[in-house]
Amino acid sequence: MLLQINTPVPKDIPLDLPLPEWLLVTLLVFSFLLHIIFINLMVGGSIVTLWAQIKGLKNKEYDTFAHEIAKTITVNKSIAVVLGVAPLLSINTLYTIYFYSANALTGFAWIMIIPLVTIAFLLTYLHKYTWSTFEKNRKLHIGIMALAVAIFLFIPLIFLTNVNLMMFPEKWGTVQGFLSALMLPNVFPRYLEFLGACIAVTGIFIVWYNNRKSYPIEEIYSSFTRNKIKKIGYSIATIGLSLQILFGIVVLFTLPSKGISYAVIAVMAGAGLLLAFALWYSYQSLTGEDKNIDIHFKKITLSIFAFMVFYGGSRQMYRHNSLEKHQELVAAHTAEFQKLSKEARENPVEETVELEIDPSLGELAKGTALFNQYCAACHKPKEKLVGPPITEMASIYANNVDGLKQWIKAPGKKRPDYPQMPGFPQLSDDELKELSKYILSIK
Amino acid sequence: MFHLDWLNDRFLIAMIAILHVFINHGLAVGFIPYITWLEQKGVTNAGKDQITDLAWDKLIYKKMKVAFIITTTIGAMTGVGIWFSVALVSPASIGSLIRVFYWAWFIEWLVFVTEVVLILIYFLTWKNSNTSLKAKVSHIKFGWFLSIFSWITMAIIVAILGFMMDPGNWNNDKTLLNGFTNPIYLPQLLFRTPTAMLVAGVFGMLLTTLFAPKGSEMRAKAIKYAGKWILVWTPLVIIGAVYYWNVMPQAMKDNMATAIGSQDFAQYYDLLKYFIVGAASLSIVLATFALLKPKKINFAYVIVPCLFVFGFLGIFERVREFIRKPYVIGNYMYSNLLREEDYPLYKKDGILPYMTYTSVTEITEENKVLAGRDIFMNTCSRCHTANPQGVNSITYVFERMYGFGKPLDENSMAAYIPNMHNGRTFMPPFPGNKKELDALVAYIKQIQQTGESLEGVQTTGVKINPLNSAIEVSKKIEETTKENEKQLTQK
Repeated sequence: MLLQINTPVPKDIPLDLPLPEWLLVTLLVFSFLLHIIFINLMVGGSIVTLWAQIKGLKNKEYDTFAHEIAKTITVNKSIAVVLGVAPLLSINTLYTIYFYSANALTGFAWIMIIPLVTIAFLLTYLHKYTWSTFEKNRKLHIGIMALAVAIFLFIPLIFLTNVNLMMFPEKWGTVQGFLSALMLPNVFPRYLEFLGACIAVTGIFIVWYNNRKSYPIEEIYSSFTRNKIKKIGYSIATIGLSLQILFGIVVLFTLPSKGISYAVIAVMAGAGLLLAFALWYSYQSLTGEDKNIDIHFKKITLSIFAFMVFYGGSRQMYRHNSLEKHQELVAAHTAEFQKLSKEARENPVEETVELEIDPSLGELAKGTALFNQYCAACHKPKEKLVGPPITEMASIYANNVDGLKQWIKAPGKKRPDYPQMPGFPQLSDDELKELSKYILSIK
Repeated sequence: MFHLDWLNDRFLIAMIAILHVFINHGLAVGFIPYITWLEQKGVTNAGKDQITDLAWDKLIYKKMKVAFIITTTIGAMTGVGIWFSVALVSPASIGSLIRVFYWAWFIEWLVFVTEVVLILIYFLTWKNSNTSLKAKVSHIKFGWFLSIFSWITMAIIVAILGFMMDPGNWNNDKTLLNGFTNPIYLPQLLFRTPTAMLVAGVFGMLLTTLFAPKGSEMRAKAIKYAGKWILVWTPLVIIGAVYYWNVMPQAMKDNMATAIGSQDFAQYYDLLKYFIVGAASLSIVLATFALLKPKKINFAYVIVPCLFVFGFLGIFERVREFIRKPYVIGNYMYSNLLREEDYPLYKKDGILPYMTYTSVTEITEENKVLAGRDIFMNTCSRCHTANPQGVNSITYVFERMYGFGKPLDENSMAAYIPNMHNGRTFMPPFPGNKKELDALVAYIKQIQQTGESLEGVQTTGVKINPLNSAIEVSKKIEETTKENEKQLTQK
């Protein structure tokens, strides 16, 4: 079932990996983790800002809260982008043909990421720097953020579609453009799980951000207290974690069976338990007494980090399982091709293309054949084609065979209204002689 | 293969890359020292009882804000965009380069992350630093530190670029040090540094005309400073450009199969000469005018030189890219993404049997044009479009030779294509066999007749070559293992 007739086996790039595979995998998983944390904060932060600002239409304090979160988005997004380059490099190196094939098959959407994200970034700046300008026109101001959020919500779909498509070479022959790749199983559950993570991580971030001693809550807010804002953070985290667990279960059950192993399930289940642990304490912090609000923070943060390592690890295991067999085929195919190429290189086919010699032309036969082979594409006997007609050559070089031979070998540029002629250094002296004989015979 | 039949695939990369260079050079490498210098002027020119001239400081901050927003949005995303677009258009070459230069890029990335963090700190701590003189002075010091750092980033990146341009060393010795010792490294750096400064100065003046109130003393002062800045750097730009300009043909010759060079290159090269003269003299005129009559300067005066210096930088990048041809990786991989060492095999069997995606493997009279299309996709489409309206379209280049509007002659094209790399040394040799050549010209002829265009896989999907499907490949593997076993038992 795995190796259907329409599974392509491309050839790999015949160069060694720059590092041992395990090290590259480690770099990939960890650099991706760092990247995704800031992506979570960027996407989650925008969603929370939008929500809080809408709430702020009625309660001014929420508007201030939204402004405070909005200020963090533009910083987090800059870090998210630069941190994305390392995992991109690593996945390009490790899964070259898989990743590039998926990119090409979803090409338009893939390249649209660049302008779309740029626009979303510009919108977040516009939103942040026009906070007081749009004081009177709050709905328009919220509209700017809504647009940015819409883009931020769309982009992860393109990425997920790509990393999903790369695992299924057997589907490459059936995919036609981004939309059909989007519909492959498991893209949407993973996407929803990711959104849950964005909200959860942002909730925890809000708790941390507002717990900093140097952060002057009293100057910023008129009625919100530190604890009130931390509770908002915990409730956001609680919602996010619940969504994550819910959709995490859906992910597990809709996972195409190809890459599943007991180990994958075990690690994923472990990741799920860590989430449940974080959810429990997040809920405790939310509903518990104010004086106990900080005691679970470390536990929650650590378990979310541990979850990310576990989940990231399980995804990598799944990818590895899915592609292992196919990678073996690719390696064998590449080796086979290398062998053929080497054989062909060592026994080259005679390059000298056989001239079509017409013996009836007598002593001009070889020259005519050479002319047809090398010159006729640009020169005609009587009229101008790309270069001047043969009659002109014959009149210029009538008494200068050596000059003509020299010119054919390495021409210069003579006529301003003609393109320069290519040189024919590959012709032997004898061939040049025959060719010149033919050219000069045309009257 | 991903393919844009109107825009041209290489054009996509070029657009993104040049935009990135504009922003990186003009708004980061050049702009940060320029801004720091002006920030410092604010402190030195302030009265005794002030930390800095606050109105002036605000103007400079505004300029930095524009640069900051542009670099962290368009600048950052075009940087990533280069990776994205190259992965789409030229996967085999970038894939090979990454395997070899992983560490170089990894180091570049570390430097780059640091730079972004430093820029964030510089910009975001600006306002807080205005509370005490001590904080302001250390903020300015930080600005100078950042200036040096971003220059070093550029110096490293130029080395990486330089390495990839260096002819021949791919096959011998794949170390990054070659990037620094490359003959065009120093000229490039000496050219890029003052050019970045010049672009920053002109762009800074442009922003001043937008932000500073008309007729104010402050505006005149800011414009004068920009004028001074431009006047200091322009002579260095000229020296750098002339140096680079003189070194280029040598590098070019080393790279090209023959020493004649090509006409297209000569055209660019000439254009470049005018741009050097034009951009430099325009900048000097603008700067002199700014020093003498700073109050007269407005947006309209600055925008033309501003566009000109950007154009100047752009055209230099274009020429630098051109040197590479016909290879995408010197003496290893041609710009059609086929490796030179595989050419004998392709010549022997044709390229189609070895392509992963093609609808035709055996060419017959019936499927000739279809086969031609697949050959075009695999050997020409990286640089040429099929759509006659497209950029650098295949019918355009042939009609330019044989006459516009005239029907193309298949025999002429078939005679020309196998020899084209001799005359047009920027073209890779045609890799296929005779049958494929005939199919290709039949397809080109048909495009001319019908004006049809060629859609890339991002819309049409792929047709898998049965010879490269999992079943075929596994069969072959089994056969070879059996044969090997036989040989072993016979021994």
